[in-house]
Amino acid sequence: MAAAISPISEGPATGNAARARSVDRPAQPKIIPPPAIPERNYPMAVLVNKDTRVICQGITGSFGALHTKGCFEYGTKMVGGVTPGKGGKKDPNGLPIFDTVRQAVDATGADSTMIFVPPAFCADAILEAMDAGVRLICCITEGVPVNDMIMVRKVLDDRNAAARGMDSAHARELFTLIGPNCPGIITPGPKTGDGSAQSKYTNAGCKIGIMPGYIHTHVSEAKTGKAVGIVSRSGTLTYEAVWQTSQLGLGQSTCIGIGGDPVRGLNHTDCLRLFEEDPDTHGILMIGEIGGEDEEAAAEYIKDHVTKPVAAFIAGRTAPPGKRMGHAGAIISSGAGGKPTGTADSKIEALRAAGATIAMSPADMGKAMAEAMGLTPARV
Amino acid sequence: MKIHEYQARDLLASYGIPVPSGQVITSKEDAAQAYKSVTQDAGTDLAVVKAQVFAGGRGKAGFVKLVRSADEATEAAKFMLSNRMVSNQTGPEGLEVNKLLIAAGVDIAHEYYLAITTDRATRRNFLIASAEGGVDIEQVAEDNPDAIIKTPIHPLLGLQSYQAREVAYALGFKGKQINQAVKIMMALSKLYHDKDCSIAEINPLITTPATTDNPDGQVLAIDAKFNFDDNATFRHKDIQALHDPSEDNPAETRAAKMGLSYIALDGNIGCLVNGAGLAMATMDTIKLEGGDPANFLDVGGSASEEAVTEAFRIILSDQAVKGILVNIFGGIMRCDIIAQGIVNAAKEIGFKIPLVVRLEGTNVDAGRALLEKASGDLPTLQAATDLGDAAKKMVAAVG
Repeated sequence: MAAAISPISEGPATGNAARARSVDRPAQPKIIPPPAIPERNYPMAVLVNKDTRVICQGITGSFGALHTKGCFEYGTKMVGGVTPGKGGKKDPNGLPIFDTVRQAVDATGADSTMIFVPPAFCADAILEAMDAGVRLICCITEGVPVNDMIMVRKVLDDRNAAARGMDSAHARELFTLIGPNCPGIITPGPKTGDGSAQSKYTNAGCKIGIMPGYIHTHVSEAKTGKAVGIVSRSGTLTYEAVWQTSQLGLGQSTCIGIGGDPVRGLNHTDCLRLFEEDPDTHGILMIGEIGGEDEEAAAEYIKDHVTKPVAAFIAGRTAPPGKRMGHAGAIISSGAGGKPTGTADSKIEALRAAGATIAMSPADMGKAMAEAMGLTPARV
Repeated sequence: MKIHEYQARDLLASYGIPVPSGQVITSKEDAAQAYKSVTQDAGTDLAVVKAQVFAGGRGKAGFVKLVRSADEATEAAKFMLSNRMVSNQTGPEGLEVNKLLIAAGVDIAHEYYLAITTDRATRRNFLIASAEGGVDIEQVAEDNPDAIIKTPIHPLLGLQSYQAREVAYALGFKGKQINQAVKIMMALSKLYHDKDCSIAEINPLITTPATTDNPDGQVLAIDAKFNFDDNATFRHKDIQALHDPSEDNPAETRAAKMGLSYIALDGNIGCLVNGAGLAMATMDTIKLEGGDPANFLDVGGSASEEAVTEAFRIILSDQAVKGILVNIFGGIMRCDIIAQGIVNAAKEIGFKIPLVVRLEGTNVDAGRALLEKASGDLPTLQAATDLGDAAKKMVAAVG
């Protein structure tokens, strides 16, 4: 039987295995699982942790290089990068560059990737990562055509469905796509650097993306001793939420920027499920915006499945219908054959009815989270 | 990106979808000739003159007219090209009309609705059809949702003929109409995928009455509306060429050239923010504090000092603006670049109106130091500690 989904042993694949694979390539790619966690002396949080091995697709481009450096300095286990034609060279951080993702995975054992290639090549980059078995794919690039994402999601969903049917339903052994058009994902670690934005920052954190690392707080350094999971469709608004919770003495288990596009990887509901299952997440802060019905679906999920305190903010209450507010997905539309959908008020109503604490002002996102958790919001 | 009705008709025709004959004119002198030519082709004396603008409400505003002679066509063209069109979608100042479509009138036996668009929840494109076309389809969706047929399109295989046949039978097409309708649906689906549309809508799709040589009538597309995925126009030079810059807001175009995302609104508080979500949230906060935002402006993550200065020029070009709120949470965007942009704008244009600045994030200390140093050039500047504080100070300053 083709047990293509069973976890492989830790460490990089051997040369023999790599050769064998090129001769007899399985129909289903083998997914590189996250490394096993022997003892949980630090929070695992969701999807990524200090042992996550990350490559950057588009590592020699200006943004790819800049943010590879940022992640490297934060303490992320960056293990290499991919730029076709530049294989064999090293980047300024001393990371090896490969021509293909498969080469990078074989040599480094990478299980995660962040993608900075231009929009026209993102679908190709995501499919390449999937075929090489990279389990967590984070696409930062903005401007990917919707039809490309529809096609990519179809392939990803089919593979995950096949994997579930064959073996385990555990998310650790499925492909996860974050983005596109997103800030990425971060699991903060305890600070080890001198506290400035530039210095090497943690040795147990994992930042995959473009967010400023230093605004995040590890639970061990949070005055309340509690950590929240944050999920958001927006970049800078996420930083605002992280900042506010940090100021109020809350740590963050993991922050996931799911991105502002209409068709994407993870959505709010997927992240709520991950946070609900994570024992080290004590509350969930959800930041939505106008457009689509993702927040309404999340409200349904909260009502039926979430036991942890949830706070929410929806951006765009003052946005006029029919105007795209920067993000491709942020538009109040009356699509073919429907009423105006995706208004802020319909989302707020649904979330409130599901029991979430609503921040009406973005200045109160942290406060709403603290209130939902029954904490006195005292500034520190 | 949107295109005009006449361009949409050409696009349909290029995919083999039949449309009544039509001509575009830009001056009233051409109306008579166009009328003669389209009516002759169609063997009728009825034609319709339609203003080519993106705004809806054309019919009620008198900018869609049925005509039965060359004189009537000339009269209608004269009216439409010399008056601004005011409808519930244009605002009181109305829109200038530069192009008219003159199309042959057709007798209609029945009107249908046909569209393709993306369903975000299921991540599929859907074919949407109804036998109650011609009218406001949103009203149909509300009053009688069963009258709308939704068919998912396979992301890798596309629409299949059997699906189109099912829809054609369900809509009540008969005889030779079935194959015509199936062909139209398949062509529309191909067009949608080929050109990366976000909406492709034919409303109405019609059947003509039975005649002796055509006992089942003919299936025709009368009007069409397309919208294209802005993220994908880079790979469609032909669609880019259809873009009509005269329909753009000049300030928005100017902003886009500098990589800024700007949308003009009705209020008096100008906003300069990094990130779309934070920009929306900043507008919301202003409103909560009792103020009214004059614009949405996202400077993005990689703006230069020059782009920031240009952003101030654009905001200040709106005469209604009585104060400016700057809200920056630096991630990729560095606070010192924003600060330098503010200083440059102060030197170049000068701020006579209140300016509230909230900076946080990457290089915030360098940014604050720059503003401190230039305080002589920034007499109206107030620093804010957080977003709530910024909005309060701004609304108070504007009064």
